[in-house]
Amino acid sequence: MNDAGAVVDELAERIRAAAAARTPLEIRGGGTKAFYGNPPAGEPFPTTGLAGAVAYEPSELVVTVRAGTPLAELEALLASRDQMLAFEPPHFGAGATVGGCVAAGLAGPRRASAGFAYGGVRDFVLGAKLLDGRGRTLSFGGTVMKNVAGYDVSRALAGSLGVLGVILEVSLKVLPRPPVETTLVFEFDEATALARACAWGARPLPISATAWHDGCLRLRLSGAPAAVGAARRVLGGEAISTPADASYWRQLREQQLPFFAGATALWRVAVPPTAPPLEFGDATLIEWGGAQRWVRTAAPAERVRERVARLGGHATLFRAQDRSSGAFTPLAPALLAIHRRLKAEFDPAGVLNPGRLYAEF
Amino acid sequence: MATAHDGRTAGHDSRRELLDGLRALLGAARVLVEPEDTRPYECDGLTLFRQLPMAVVLPESEGEIVAIVALCRRLQVPVVPRGAGTGLSGGALPRGDGVLLSTAKLDRLLALDPLARTATVQPGVRNLAISEAAAAHGLLYAPDPSSQVACTIGGNVAENSGGVHCLKYGLTVHNVLRVRGVTMDGEIVELGGHAPDAPGLDLLALAIGSEGMLLVVTEVTVRLVPVPQFARCIVASFPDVESAGNAVAALIAAGLVPAGLEMLDRAAARLVEPHAKAGYDLDAAAVLLCESDGTPVEVEEEIARMSAVLREAGATRLQVSRDEAERQRFWAGRKNAFPAAGRAAPAYYCMDGTIPRRHLGAMLKSIQALEAKYDLRVPNVFHAGDGNLHPLILFDDADPDSVRRAEALGDEILAECVRLGGTVTGEHGVGVEKLDAACAQFDADTLDAFRSIKRAFDPTGLLNPGKAIPTLHRCAELGRLRVSGGVPPFPDLPRF
Ligand SMILES: Cc1cc2nc3c(=O)[nH]c(=O)nc-3n(C[C@H](O)[C@H](O)[C@H](O)COP(=O)(O)OP(=O)(O)OC[C@H]3O[C@@H](n4cnc5c(N)ncnc54)[C@H](O)[C@@H]3O)c2cc1C
Repeated sequence: MNDAGAVVDELAERIRAAAAARTPLEIRGGGTKAFYGNPPAGEPFPTTGLAGAVAYEPSELVVTVRAGTPLAELEALLASRDQMLAFEPPHFGAGATVGGCVAAGLAGPRRASAGFAYGGVRDFVLGAKLLDGRGRTLSFGGTVMKNVAGYDVSRALAGSLGVLGVILEVSLKVLPRPPVETTLVFEFDEATALARACAWGARPLPISATAWHDGCLRLRLSGAPAAVGAARRVLGGEAISTPADASYWRQLREQQLPFFAGATALWRVAVPPTAPPLEFGDATLIEWGGAQRWVRTAAPAERVRERVARLGGHATLFRAQDRSSGAFTPLAPALLAIHRRLKAEFDPAGVLNPGRLYAEF
Repeated sequence: MATAHDGRTAGHDSRRELLDGLRALLGAARVLVEPEDTRPYECDGLTLFRQLPMAVVLPESEGEIVAIVALCRRLQVPVVPRGAGTGLSGGALPRGDGVLLSTAKLDRLLALDPLARTATVQPGVRNLAISEAAAAHGLLYAPDPSSQVACTIGGNVAENSGGVHCLKYGLTVHNVLRVRGVTMDGEIVELGGHAPDAPGLDLLALAIGSEGMLLVVTEVTVRLVPVPQFARCIVASFPDVESAGNAVAALIAAGLVPAGLEMLDRAAARLVEPHAKAGYDLDAAAVLLCESDGTPVEVEEEIARMSAVLREAGATRLQVSRDEAERQRFWAGRKNAFPAAGRAAPAYYCMDGTIPRRHLGAMLKSIQALEAKYDLRVPNVFHAGDGNLHPLILFDDADPDSVRRAEALGDEILAECVRLGGTVTGEHGVGVEKLDAACAQFDADTLDAFRSIKRAFDPTGLLNPGKAIPTLHRCAELGRLRVSGGVPPFPDLPRF
């Protein structure tokens, strides 16, 4: 594509100039996730000029799209062929782009699944083109399901928040939409909900999402009618009607449920699913079979992180007025050293989203 | 910055110092030096390349690995990790000036948590041993390479190995939660974790498939999945290879995700049948194995849909497994393909390219033309659902001309894979075998980025040097470097 080529050349030129002048750049898609990570800084560097699908082969379960493509547009394209992004990414606003979605690496409720069928963003990245801090276009992975030539850099871009380079284009594995979805509701306290979610997860049931809050566990089942029907009979619980359940999971994904309103800091806690109820915070919402927990608390960051570390997990300050304590759990020194060396290799002048992931690079 | 380790030879004194040091660390019994002791380690599953190492060491703990690495770093001696040595690309090929570090004695299962559905094991634990331990809890470790009785989880992590069920259940990268290891600068690092993700960049994704070049893996935590309640397998016969290839695309397009989807062409089916007695249709040009798993109702429903699509795509005969024994027999045929190739010729060369599924039929046609061109037989087994090809080139390793033809034929297949938008290796790795082929797949900047990653993990360049990532020199010599944007990369680089 000549147009796209010209846009990339322009972006590369800008990066080289910024590197020479040591001017930090803030890579920006729709700006819907500016709240996430450490506060962005630098001259805005929009990716919205890189729009559109490059290739879509429904029978290959692969789509290749430019980074500035609106996420909603991609989802509509897939829906037209009865396919979907299996990681059910949150948009957090109308302008969300595919590049931002991959760079933020956030997955929605469907991440809960016991089998491989669904998973995190990185599980579905097959390839990517990256514009690095030297203005070079690098091409990792491809459009095939299995590829072990070279290091798997494209998966590592999921959640990289732009610190290694500007994602130009990604190839994603997509999945057929499940023919049937049903939501079951159970009245459980937190401990019971956690125990049940774990026990059910160990059985071959088509669970595609779980959520517990305010004394209720919701369980979404997805799959062939026979599988969903059989699971319903095994699980019991009360089914809620289809339109209501679809909007519930969307509101959960977009953090529009009442739980997410209010000014108290919102923490994302990732723990082994078997971790006991967290004994801190004003309120908790539990997803992913117990592995992702949203907590509202004004407690100091070190205290939250220390308690979560003891459970074998990590805590991200997801939404807060004050992000001065760092959005992400600090890295062990040996890991930080590797991160710094990676940053120095891919972005020697340190101009791409500096500090967005960690203040140190 | 010159970090690549190239042919440094340890002088007599430093060799003595190394061996004394290793013996002091491990005791003489776990440091093998005599050729009769090191001979079993001279190659992996790719026997075309052989090299005796200076020494083989058999550590029993992570602490010992840290000490071995420290000694080798001080003396500037390369270290090559090795699991079971079943690798098919020479990834564990020793260096004459290096130490081969075997994980054979690190074979303990450390923890199995049925509620969290995880198992934590040492790197030398065999793939199948994990599923055997998990079976008591109704769980299994999903990636199932055909070599699973022998290969280790450390090797699986290094190669990002797949199996016949990875279409539905994922590759190693989708089923490993955490890797702990020792970097060449002696640091212990933990990548990933018991939580669903870890802070920082996803270094776990970089480590999986890194062919033992970034860290020595000392512990792996894997995800376990519930054993499917029930499974049935269809064997579908096709009158020509194209319609079999198109049937694969048709199944996926119909929204089906089979638990396994494998193809054997007639030559491969005839090769395995006498031994495996799988009951394959030997007159078909190709047979497809298509599996459904889940609850009994779910499986019945899916088998019916699959059968309809297969018939529509031109299948002339469908055999559906009637019981578990028959299903196992169907798979035994597929899983015996490599050993059968081994019996059918003095040697075989297993290729491993991946292509977009829609080109499967055309690819089989090209391979048939190459058989004629090079006068060699090439039975084909494919992980068809993933587009991953394993043409088995049968040749005579005692005949230099036959070896030459086999290699040339293999090169042509890999070039075709790249041309069709695929890759030179789907699951066996680049190792030493496909360094030249990798030149054709990547441009100079991307190869340079791979070297950046190597440097970030291993500034010493001493861990499994010379594997997986070809040097620019090598690619320039071959004249094969992928040209991007019409300008040959590094036009000034000398070509020898
Ligand atoms: C008959 C046969 C069938 C096969 N079928 C399949 C298949 O279906 N799917 C598939 O994907 N592969 C298959 N293979 C290839 C092979 O079994 C896999 O690549 C396997 O993962 C290698 O494991 P290993 O323990 O033998 O590793 P090795 O061969 O010993 O080593 C492989 C690589 O891993 C590195 N390594 C090993 N242990 C460590 C460690 N602890 N830390 C760091 N690096 C390490 C080595 O340096 C080397 O680069 C097959 C091989 C054979 C012979």
